[in-house]
Amino acid sequence: METPEKVIEVTGLAVGYGGRAILEDMNFEVRRGEIFGILGGSGCGKSTLLKHLIGLYRPLSGDIRIFGEALNGSGGKARRNLMRRFGVTYQGGALFGSMTLLENVMLPLEEFTALSAAERAEKAMAKLGMVGLTDFADYLPAEISGGMTKRAGLARALVLDPELLFFDEPSAGLDPITSAGLDKLILNLRDQSRAAIVMVTHELESIFSIVDRVIVLDRGTRGIIETGDPRVMRSHSGNDFVREFLNRDGMTREHYEYHGEKE
Amino acid sequence: MVRNKVKDFVTGVGRGTYDEVSGAVNRIGFVGDVVSAVAEVVVSPRKLRWRDVLYYLDLCGRKSVPIVAAICFLMGAIVAFQSAFQMRKYGAELYVADLLAFSLLKELGPLMVAVIATGRAGSSFAAEIGTMKVDEEINALETMGIKPVRFLVIPKLLAMMVSLPLLTVIGDVVGILGGLTVAQVYLGMPASTYMARTIDVLVPSVFCMGVLKTVFFAICITLIGCHCGFAAGTDAQGVGRATTRAVVSGIFAVVLGDAVLTLIYMAWGY
Ligand SMILES: Nc1ncnc2c1ncn2[C@@H]1O[C@H](COP(=O)(O)OP(=O)(O)OP(=O)(O)O)[C@@H](O)[C@H]1O
Ligand SMILES: [Mg+2]
Repeated sequence: METPEKVIEVTGLAVGYGGRAILEDMNFEVRRGEIFGILGGSGCGKSTLLKHLIGLYRPLSGDIRIFGEALNGSGGKARRNLMRRFGVTYQGGALFGSMTLLENVMLPLEEFTALSAAERAEKAMAKLGMVGLTDFADYLPAEISGGMTKRAGLARALVLDPELLFFDEPSAGLDPITSAGLDKLILNLRDQSRAAIVMVTHELESIFSIVDRVIVLDRGTRGIIETGDPRVMRSHSGNDFVREFLNRDGMTREHYEYHGEKE
Repeated sequence: MVRNKVKDFVTGVGRGTYDEVSGAVNRIGFVGDVVSAVAEVVVSPRKLRWRDVLYYLDLCGRKSVPIVAAICFLMGAIVAFQSAFQMRKYGAELYVADLLAFSLLKELGPLMVAVIATGRAGSSFAAEIGTMKVDEEINALETMGIKPVRFLVIPKLLAMMVSLPLLTVIGDVVGILGGLTVAQVYLGMPASTYMARTIDVLVPSVFCMGVLKTVFFAICITLIGCHCGFAAGTDAQGVGRATTRAVVSGIFAVVLGDAVLTLIYMAWGY
């Protein structure tokens, strides 16, 4: 089997705010059909890295290529076309408060397709069905729970059938059952659409059950300390922090859920 | 010691200048974004979110009618009363109608409406956009490939450019009614005399220029409110500060703009 094409290619990347680097000299790639995890302690820059990957900020240095095209080199229109091909779900859902869930999910269709209103609604309802929110289509974001907000955000990210999906802590703040359901959903998505999925996560369960490959970031060394298959790294990593991070089953689970809820 | 002070001073000046310059560049960039979004919407009106336009017409227009009417009525009454008090000494009570009509239509009406709109609409625009920024909704728009300025600013701008002139017409009429009431009650002038005088002295162009001014005010208030929202800090106090700034800068811009427009009108001979 030949290796699938590179969907994201990162070389010599340094990211940070206001000229100060938080992470430096990162190199990695993500391939089609892969579920790729970004791991690391709190505050090490996972969300920062993700925000740079989706083009919200310019890197301090280095290069990000998505579908073979430079994210920051391309001008406005090319960049927007590139952005349209990927979906993003945010840590807090980021739904538009003045619109119902259905309208939120329909928005990308309104902006980018020539579908009729009925076709848009049908397509959006299908995505809401996928995340189990059919009955809540007419609710406003303020009227649903945090976990439901996240799922609605996922439905919106999926509505244009993206080839690349980004998640920032999809299961933070969810109960274990819902969280496992979300994992299954992500896995199905990957299997059906062969999309690449990049997720920031703390959940060991997700890491071992669905994630194919991870990078582990570290605040101290300001970079990637290890790349590879988490199941192998768990027992064979030469780095103490990585082994500890991947072997904290059971006892710290509550701690991380609490941490997620806080955000 | 002294050397440190000098160094602090120089760094301070440098940083201040940098902040000012980058702030100015940022504002100019924002205006540029608005202009390009307007062009985009003019070329393909389908891209305008008409439902949002209606929402803001309701919010900034219809819902502002009671407060505009109340304030303009009182303004008209106060100005009429104050001038009547002075003019009575000279037996020139009839000219109260002239004075009120001109000051209301030229200045007070448009200015009052603009100040009310800054407090109501400008502040709510800043708060709305600032909150959206905190909740990452602005980021979500960006990554969905939708320009936040077109999505968020243009409907507000259009709604304000339509509502402020209409509110001013209402304010003008109600203000004159306020003056009329004072003239009747305090001066014992018949309503018909007062109205006849008002209609006599009023030149349509004065009325039109006053109403037209508010289109310009609408642009200032909306752009400042929205820009403050986009520039809001993402901490808890960020949105509050942005709202305050939207009102203070908004009122300042309106008054400054009014002064400039008055000079321009004068040069044109109005
Ligand atoms: N907008 C910003 N401006 C300046 N610094 C920021 C900004 N956002 C985050 N930071 C800083 O960057 C560092 C990394 O933050 P980031 O949110 O990327 O961490 P994270 O790994 O996602 O943490 P968590 O697991 O808690 O979500 C933090 O030290 C934070 O203070
Ligand atoms: Mg984070």
